[in-house]
Amino acid sequence: MIAMLLAGGQGSRLGVLTATEAKPGVSFGGKYRIIDFPLSNCINSGVDTVGVLTQYQPLKLNQHIGIGVPWDLDRRSGGVTVLSPHQKGEKGAWYTGTANAIYQNIEFIEQFNPEYVLVLGGDHIYKMDYSKMLDFHKESKADVTIAALEVAWEEAPRFGLMNIKDDSRIYEFEEKPPNPKSNLANMGIYIFNWDILRDALERDNKVHDNSDFGMHVLPMLLDEKKRMFAYPFNSYWRDVGTIESYWEANIDLIKTVPAFNLYEEFDKIYTDADHQPPIYTGPNAMVQGAILSEGCEVLGQVTGSVLGPGVIVEEGAIVKDSIILENCYIGKNAQLERCIVDLSCTVGDGAIIGCTGGGNIPNELKPKIYNTGITVIGEYSTIPDGMRIGQNCVIYGETQPGDYPGNLLASGKSIIRETRNSDTGGAA
Amino acid sequence: MKAIGIILAGGGNERLGELTATRTTSAIPVGSCYRAIDFPLSNMTNSGIKKVAIITQNNSRSLHDHLSSPKWWDLGSKQGGMFVLSPYLAGANSGWFKGTADSIYQNLSFLKRSNEPYVVISSGDCVYRMDFSDMLEYHEEKDADISIAYRRVTGCEDIRNYGVLELDEDERLINMEEKPLDPQSDLANTGVYIIKRELLINLLETISSEGRHNLVRDIFTRYRKRLKIFGYKFAGYWRNMGNIRTYYACNMDFLKRDIRGLLAIDPPYIKTKPKDEPPAKFNGQAVITNCLVGSGAILDGNAHGSVIFRKVVTRGNSQVNHSIIMEGTRIGEGCVVEYAILDKDVVLSPGIRIIGTKEAPAILTKGTIK
Repeated sequence: MIAMLLAGGQGSRLGVLTATEAKPGVSFGGKYRIIDFPLSNCINSGVDTVGVLTQYQPLKLNQHIGIGVPWDLDRRSGGVTVLSPHQKGEKGAWYTGTANAIYQNIEFIEQFNPEYVLVLGGDHIYKMDYSKMLDFHKESKADVTIAALEVAWEEAPRFGLMNIKDDSRIYEFEEKPPNPKSNLANMGIYIFNWDILRDALERDNKVHDNSDFGMHVLPMLLDEKKRMFAYPFNSYWRDVGTIESYWEANIDLIKTVPAFNLYEEFDKIYTDADHQPPIYTGPNAMVQGAILSEGCEVLGQVTGSVLGPGVIVEEGAIVKDSIILENCYIGKNAQLERCIVDLSCTVGDGAIIGCTGGGNIPNELKPKIYNTGITVIGEYSTIPDGMRIGQNCVIYGETQPGDYPGNLLASGKSIIRETRNSDTGGAA
Repeated sequence: MKAIGIILAGGGNERLGELTATRTTSAIPVGSCYRAIDFPLSNMTNSGIKKVAIITQNNSRSLHDHLSSPKWWDLGSKQGGMFVLSPYLAGANSGWFKGTADSIYQNLSFLKRSNEPYVVISSGDCVYRMDFSDMLEYHEEKDADISIAYRRVTGCEDIRNYGVLELDEDERLINMEEKPLDPQSDLANTGVYIIKRELLINLLETISSEGRHNLVRDIFTRYRKRLKIFGYKFAGYWRNMGNIRTYYACNMDFLKRDIRGLLAIDPPYIKTKPKDEPPAKFNGQAVITNCLVGSGAILDGNAHGSVIFRKVVTRGNSQVNHSIIMEGTRIGEGCVVEYAILDKDVVLSPGIRIIGTKEAPAILTKGTIK
């Protein structure tokens, strides 16, 4: 079995977190990136041939994946291959849909001559043994097996659902039905018999130029009475697609007994950890209810927070209920509450973010994205000393004191600057 | 880079007692996530050396385990690589290495099959940061046959524990004595040498035929007048894992910002075998101050002034002060650990007290259950 990992999605509801980064490349749990979870699941399940399909902002994802060393996917045969859209014949061809992306890489799959193909999304947090799903697929003599998550009944109308018979065979798909007949949500994890998938892709791509698994290919196969089964999955699974769910899933990890356990000896999650020094907590530090990645130096206070690698929290600074990603610098006596600070930001001395009062006013530019009181600082941003910033604010780029009237950015306001303290291209 | 590297990691060391019962000194864990050998090995690759031999002999299993892949030190390349050389039998006169020089002589083909004009030799059990390209520049400037990096020993360190160099005003070696009774200078050998590759081959063949096997005594001291041997002054941080005291002090040095910066924080990084542990977890009420903490640790207890390795678990109301707690050790509720070195995978039941002193830290060996 080989795996095809769809990693091209933007994840626009993550706002500035995906400004220069596809959603699978967004950091999670301090040191990881979201794509580490499906990639580690692959190698932990014995799947050692993985095609990663990228499209939106692939630079960092490509660098992260490299030749797959962190996941033992640097193999003589198989291993990991990054598959970008490319020119064919006269014209270039973007991936126009999930099934279209696989269709455009039929040749890649064919060289391995697989019996089964596993199709995965690259933007969920979970641990799963795909080899057990394959066993189920074989036992069921299935043509297609779809991993199914039992969701709470009241949540069910938000999902694509599968209605099954007693033997788990799927007889109907329902997309976000108001009155669901089942609570089995489609997790976007599929095992196909390759001959059936190949044939379906070729036929569907003649009909739809944005061929999609959920909308086109799966319903078509069901209509054709193919044997399609739901594989039940009852463990931790999160879609961290919104600012709020992203923040919550991260903060969940700091509980004494977290719902999602990263500390097991088996089924480790691997990542491209740069060689970072150990963590240091200073003589006056207070670190309680927090997870810290390698290379953090905490001299101030950190509570209820997740820190990525190489974060520095200076003397007197207070970081509360926040997610601070790789290589950020939090200046002396700064105070942060309910913030997400993306890679390599500098927060000036005495800056106060997220706890100025002023209430939960949704962001004026993007009220649908930033509306739960969490302030988000985009990567490589700079916040000058002593600025005060409210809730649901967005800051992106190198900001100057003049950007803050009265040294204040009120709740719901944004500052977006094109210049950043490191020029890596891209914009909010 | 015009040099290949050799790391001498074969030595045993009785003075580290139980800590080296299951490992060679070069494999001793240090600074929360490293082993001693990571420092010389990373120094080599960070200096641009592409081909490194690591010579092992005593108690080498643990070291071989650590050196699981050249990838971790950027040595997984076709033009170069990492060569772990252990003693083997090939006829009546082979077998165990009879000394530092003999250990290289028995692997002479490594030298003969290389083309680089120079060899950088380092001992494997010293924690230091050095750019060998600077030393090589000095070596060429001096048109030296052999360069020996030395440092000035000051303060409470006893020079009589080291090899002592006597140099003339031009830094040329006058004499060199191993652990002398009456030291003639305060210049200590750091165990880092640069020598021309072909010269080393000739010297090793000569002394070996005379039944001599020691690099310092039989080459440096014996040939000091015939060859141009120069001292190279090294002013940076350097500690060897010579005894419990220096081992303990070296770990505690990591708590100082300047030394930690020099050894661990400032790029290029010291590389080590990755363990892919999750971030360290600081639970509820734990007060953890002035500590180094490794990834994968889960801390409920208090700690101060300590070096805590990966995957250490401390339970509530426990107190760890001024101690070294190695990987995988678990400290039960209400335990008190002070001035102690707990080796890997020690388990302390609730309420156990392990109290040592700064001069003589209490030591629990690997896997002790109390």
